[in-house]
Amino acid sequence: MSLIEATAISRIYKTGDVEVAALRDVTLSIAAREFVAFVGPSGSGKSTLLNLVGCLDHPTSGTLSVMGTNVAGLGRSAAAAFRGEHLGFVFQEFNLVPVLSAYENVEYPLLMVRNWPPEKRRAQVMKMLAAVGMADQAHKRPDELSGGQKQRVAVARALVSEPQLVLADEPTANLDHDTAHKVIALMKQLRDEFGTTFVFSTHDAKIMEAAERILMLEDGRLVKEQRA
Amino acid sequence: MIATLKLSARNLMRYQRRTWLTAGLITIGVLAMLLFVSAAGSFKNVMVGQITDSMLGHLQVHRKGYVASVDNLPLNLNIGAKMLERVKAELAAEPGIAATSVRLKLGAMFSNYTETTSIRLNGIDPQAEDATVPGLRTRISEGDKTGPLVTPGQLLIPELIAKGFKVKVGDTVVLVATNRDGSVNGKNFTVRGVLEQVTGPGGRDGYLHTDDARELLRMDDPETMEIAVRLSDLSRLDAVQASLANRLDKLLNKDGKPVLELHSWKQLSPFANIASMIDLMTLFIRIMLVAIVLVSVMNVMLMAVYERIREIGTLAAIGTPPRRILGLYVGEGLLLGLLGAAVGVALSLGVVALLNVYPLQFPFGRQVITLQPTLSLAEMITVAVLVVGMAVLASLQPAWRASRMDPIEALRHV
Repeated sequence: MSLIEATAISRIYKTGDVEVAALRDVTLSIAAREFVAFVGPSGSGKSTLLNLVGCLDHPTSGTLSVMGTNVAGLGRSAAAAFRGEHLGFVFQEFNLVPVLSAYENVEYPLLMVRNWPPEKRRAQVMKMLAAVGMADQAHKRPDELSGGQKQRVAVARALVSEPQLVLADEPTANLDHDTAHKVIALMKQLRDEFGTTFVFSTHDAKIMEAAERILMLEDGRLVKEQRA
Repeated sequence: MIATLKLSARNLMRYQRRTWLTAGLITIGVLAMLLFVSAAGSFKNVMVGQITDSMLGHLQVHRKGYVASVDNLPLNLNIGAKMLERVKAELAAEPGIAATSVRLKLGAMFSNYTETTSIRLNGIDPQAEDATVPGLRTRISEGDKTGPLVTPGQLLIPELIAKGFKVKVGDTVVLVATNRDGSVNGKNFTVRGVLEQVTGPGGRDGYLHTDDARELLRMDDPETMEIAVRLSDLSRLDAVQASLANRLDKLLNKDGKPVLELHSWKQLSPFANIASMIDLMTLFIRIMLVAIVLVSVMNVMLMAVYERIREIGTLAAIGTPPRRILGLYVGEGLLLGLLGAAVGVALSLGVVALLNVYPLQFPFGRQVITLQPTLSLAEMITVAVLVVGMAVLASLQPAWRASRMDPIEALRHV
């Protein structure tokens, strides 16, 4: 069974009388445990597609099912609950809370969306920090970490609530090439370790090669699909 | 709920300087408010105590029309002997009354044999008067403060006359009064004491024994012009007044109309207006406090939301329900309010305790008022609830804005 099933989804934004189609008739299917890249130039619709799959936005038309749930019809609170239960996010800008330590940043989603006892929470946070190789940096604040380290913490934060699907929007855009490769390799390793499906977007040709499946977008359309 | 509050507390501690500054501002507001309330309350209590305990009593019963012409001390608006018995029976039946004093009020000429002036006098039963206005004897500035207030042949005179006529305790003076029929009568008295004057009606009256007053007025029957009433609990003034008025309204004259009127000290003393002004000023101070809390907390919360837009986007993206985001920010406002209120109340208690160790004194007219402020639990709770409520209210709008933020827009915010 597919984890993500999109049929002819479009997303049209209106600015006054002007309509801009960010995504047009995209149909795709992604299975569990896949390691998928949405690739394409800026404005091709990668982020829009990720936002739709991540229940942060609704398609203007078409049907979109994530883990068997029609997410196109979810209200604000239901969408938030769905994200908290099933999804993890990694952002281009890391989006770590600057005044919190690496440990506290990873712990934050658990405090917000999981009602776990402190001991279980602590064990889970340390497990994830260890998984991304940041256990010894747990006490450091984001400004004391390098870009690669910040993104590792962000990956740990995305995985800490044990989601089935992690969506990463340009996770390597702010990293140097070597670090970017390491982060992608780490994500792949975590997919193998935890069985989590990873979908990320990139416009970097070298990074996309690390994906097992590449979905190429152009002007809001899915124009090509390629498997490693 | 507790987890949300913990997170709110942690968020507040991120910007410690701002948090302490805001809480400090609220603290200053609470401190100013409570100190004003306690000092003004103390002043009010001192003044009300002085007026009611040493002069007016809490309630007064008169024949209808007497209070309107009290400046003339009329002798034809008396409560007759039979009616007096009925009034006494009603007063005895009314719960909440601790004591009553029947007074004969009259105007007379006071003479030290060389000079003469007019004097307003109260003929009293010393025991009943002592029980009704126990503060009267504390006003005796010259003479023995113990023992009966007056015995037949003795006179308590106001300070102004004593000083103006250079009359001392033990001196003999003459009182001359005109009775209801227009005949004049005089009697010698010994000055038993000099009374400090107090603010308000009756504050410059003299006192003599009721037997002497009746003799001066050639009054055969035990009539009266005024019955002063002391309540067991002043806070029940309005309730007792209403109940007693109801009882007295049943006492009718031959025409079937009520004979008596009942007034509280508030209706008799102009200080009641000052007390109302103090209450009004307290209200204004409360409004200022509300404004301080609203502006400071709302300012901080708006800033907190604006600074953390991306974080709000991240929180929303990871699945934090909107109500939790709302709770997070309202929690910050709540904690700021609680912190400011708690520190403010604690500091106020400290300052009030200090003011009781080193009391403030200031002159008020010819008196010296000693302020001994107190803070009631009800007042502290009221102020704390007001502050915390306002802090929550002030944080609602920013919190609502945060909870309704579009995660995509928030994540894009630079």
